[in-house]
Amino acid sequence: MKNLNRLTVFGIIVVVVMAAAALFAPFIAEHDPGAIELGSVLMPPSAEHIMGTDSLGRDLFSRMVYGARISLSVGFVAVGISVIAGVIFGSLAGYYGGWIDSVISRFIDIMLCFPTFFLILATIAVLGPGIWNIMVIIGLTSWMGVARLIRAEILSLREREFVEAARAVGASDFRIITRHLIPNGLGPVLVSATLGVAGAILTESGLSFLGLGVQPPVPSWGNILTEAKSTLGIAWWITVFPGLAILITVLGYNLLGEGLREHFNPHRKQ
Amino acid sequence: MVNYIARRLIGILPVLIGITLITFFVIHLSPGKPTRLQAEMSPKISLEAREKLDKLYGLDKPVHIQYWEWVRRLARFDLGKSFVDDRPVSQKIGERLPVTIAINVLSLALIFLAAVPIGITSAVKEGTAYDRISTVFVFIGFAMPTFWLALLLMNLFGVHLGWLPISGIKSIDFEDYNLLEKFMDLARHLALPVFVSAFVGLAGISRYMRTSMLEVLNKDFIRTARAKGLPENIVIYKHALKNALLPIVTIIGLSIPGLIGGSVIFESIYAIPGMGKLFYDSVMARDYPVIMGVLFIGAILTLIGNLVADVVYAYVDPRIRVSGR
Repeated sequence: MKNLNRLTVFGIIVVVVMAAAALFAPFIAEHDPGAIELGSVLMPPSAEHIMGTDSLGRDLFSRMVYGARISLSVGFVAVGISVIAGVIFGSLAGYYGGWIDSVISRFIDIMLCFPTFFLILATIAVLGPGIWNIMVIIGLTSWMGVARLIRAEILSLREREFVEAARAVGASDFRIITRHLIPNGLGPVLVSATLGVAGAILTESGLSFLGLGVQPPVPSWGNILTEAKSTLGIAWWITVFPGLAILITVLGYNLLGEGLREHFNPHRKQ
Repeated sequence: MVNYIARRLIGILPVLIGITLITFFVIHLSPGKPTRLQAEMSPKISLEAREKLDKLYGLDKPVHIQYWEWVRRLARFDLGKSFVDDRPVSQKIGERLPVTIAINVLSLALIFLAAVPIGITSAVKEGTAYDRISTVFVFIGFAMPTFWLALLLMNLFGVHLGWLPISGIKSIDFEDYNLLEKFMDLARHLALPVFVSAFVGLAGISRYMRTSMLEVLNKDFIRTARAKGLPENIVIYKHALKNALLPIVTIIGLSIPGLIGGSVIFESIYAIPGMGKLFYDSVMARDYPVIMGVLFIGAILTLIGNLVADVVYAYVDPRIRVSGR
């Protein structure tokens, strides 16, 4: 990590600042994000409300800070689920090969045929919206990339001497996979997970914007923007700030992911 | 070539079965029966009527028989009837599909026409200001929430400047227009949706084009071409471009599900009567037959898109069709 790319540094700063906002939300937000104040409806940004207020007089900045909590936790939990599912399917396919590999690889092909957003919406239609459902559904529809990565990695390693040596001393399949094979593929998985957080935040905000994700009154960047549509041309701050927050956060995770990719891939030229 | 296509078509069969299985599985995830929700929404429906509904949709039978009957009806293009207005789902999708396909084809064309030159130029001018600016643009494109972009553009061109209409695909008095006016009207209505749907793909594909071009420019045959004194223009646009375009065909094929999925967002923002809007409305109304139908058709469209991309790739790159996959 000698010569950190400037863009990567930007990514790290964004990720850290947003994480801090999410963690310390109660100390940063000056107002209660749910406090309705009908006396100050749709106020433009001022010293009292630095990002203005929404149509119920709630402080936009406080809602944004608490929204960071929601958006980031959806991103992390969803990616956690997708990485776990991807690693399990990928290592089974890569290690055992044969019919297990055929079945899993076909399953991946089939899952990739569905427009992910359609699959997510259909599942929400059946299970209902809400933050927990969103996390699980995004996770279970985005594991295929990680599975392919791990499968390819294990496929290229399973005949190597160190695996044979482990087998010779009597290590179980489970131990070989978890202790010897998976750790070798963690670099690319970390890259893919970082980019995955960005993707999950985008998906969650889109769903919440459509009213099918995080449900009001819980604030999320996406569902704050739902209101932006009805206040278009009247209250620019409701449109601008949440969108910028999503854009910058996703950009930050993407840049960090690219930085990590460079880091794990020293052969690639800058 | 025929051989290759035949092999690909046979390979599709299990994927097709898989698509029906997943579609069926998703809709039957619900703890109760799909008709229960419909019945709960209108309290007028009695227990007796409810059982009738169950029978109508075959929900009183075991799951595997339900699946089998659904697939049999599917084979006859019978996707069932909508819960909302009782019209055949295939008909409802049929009237929405052309709009969505038209927008997606237009935006694919736009992506291709813009991304290829951007990619080539930033590869050729690697490391210059142009390359750096286009890199920044690409990263912003990747991170842009489409619905936000749609809102901003709607605000700018629709509300503030008043240049473009903000919803629907044609004006109310569309029928009275002459041909040119009709064309202009459609173009004005479609400008924003097509741009929004192309934006994200544009970023991705110009990036791939750049990488692909850089790779080709490092190949030996390019050095040979330069060494024998060919003008740089011919080296780039004749020798390098042809080879650099190959992977882009596949990438465009792979971007189809994203485009179709994205149609839900911009179609519901711009109130475009396409498949995405239909899907959104049916999700809101828990109209399961339509949801199932659109999910299935969306996957089939992706499958066809990928198949076309593969066949085109095999056509332009003989190595593929000879060596198999």
